[in-house]
Amino acid sequence: MNKYLERIYNGVVKENPTFVLMLGMCPTLAVSTAAINGLGMGISTTAVLILSNVVISALRKVIPDEVRLPAYIVVVATLVTITELLIEAYLPSLYSALGIYIPLIVVNCIILGRAEAYANKNSVPLAAFDGIGMGLGFTIALTILGFIRELLGAGTVFGHNVLPQGVEPIGIFINAPGAFLVLAIMIMVLNAFGIKNNSDKLVSSCDGCCATCQRAAAGCGKEEN
Amino acid sequence: MTSLIMIIVSCALINNVVLNQFLGICSFLGVSQQMKASASLGGAVIFVLTIASAVASLLYDFVLKPFDLDYMKTIVFILVIAALVQIVEMFLKKTSPGLYRALGIYLPLITTNCAVLGVALTNVQDEYNFIESVFAGLGTAIGYTIAIVLLAGIRARVDEEAIPRPLRGAPVVLLAAALMSIAFMGFGGL
Repeated sequence: MNKYLERIYNGVVKENPTFVLMLGMCPTLAVSTAAINGLGMGISTTAVLILSNVVISALRKVIPDEVRLPAYIVVVATLVTITELLIEAYLPSLYSALGIYIPLIVVNCIILGRAEAYANKNSVPLAAFDGIGMGLGFTIALTILGFIRELLGAGTVFGHNVLPQGVEPIGIFINAPGAFLVLAIMIMVLNAFGIKNNSDKLVSSCDGCCATCQRAAAGCGKEEN
Repeated sequence: MTSLIMIIVSCALINNVVLNQFLGICSFLGVSQQMKASASLGGAVIFVLTIASAVASLLYDFVLKPFDLDYMKTIVFILVIAALVQIVEMFLKKTSPGLYRALGIYLPLITTNCAVLGVALTNVQDEYNFIESVFAGLGTAIGYTIAIVLLAGIRARVDEEAIPRPLRGAPVVLLAAALMSIAFMGFGGL
């Protein structure tokens, strides 16, 4: 397989950030209340991820190793601010739906994780395709979760009512507990079908730092910032 | 005074940072395996979150707002929080080795905990003044500690039970979190 296509396959299927690596759980749980919110969040994160991968890959020979994490954070935070201002200007309804989770893309483990694990070791085009693949995988996962929660909790699909008359939706699925519930059932299904994933590490080996989490393939004991 | 107590109750219980806002999920799920580690992390989060919201609030009121640099807040906050945690760690190491050993490894790891940045940004969004921001930070951190210690207690019991294979590990922890979240929804009636 072409090595660029391989990156996309890797991001969407083999190392899907949500279903296999179990990264970036905060936005996954928080914004998947409706399919459209999941899609919006996924696309915003993808945009930041592609650009940050490109910038960090381009600067990989310039940034000194000792200060690389603060440097990455500045790059990512700048890109997130630009994205936030663009969404506020052109998609005000999405902006109010996602709220504080847009600036919080900065601390999304997927972005710093890919910078550490891939972008700072590979060429610009490969890093860009890695960003596209990972972002696509994240977007698909968020949209699926949002779709399930919206269907069960509000009886709608992308805002269109699909439930027959007289059937009440189960409101709890679009509330906070529904997020944990759907994720639990999702991982249970993955486990039941024997699909290899990092869910065990999700509940045992993370030590509280999203960005340098071991699941993001970055050594955790040596954080510099 | 009443409004400050209301802020603490609201941040700690009604809008619980983990169970309702989904911030700091990584450490909530990852560290809750042992009660002792959970309590230490909770202590470290209370410490850092309170100081971080104080500093972020001062910075916003006296630097970002007067100079019209509102759009810089994400970048400034995350760098300041990172630097602040480092300073707090060095300060504790020198002045109070006992406390440093207790909070130990958790301090630097909190830097990228999304709860810290989340609270700093929420305080700005809600237009809290300095005192209110500090109390919101404290309340949020207390809520985080309550949630993680409770989950650690539940997990200690769950580990001794025979659970169907596909549910072992993450799913059963998430189900416990879902039930806790339902219980915390009840505080919405306060």
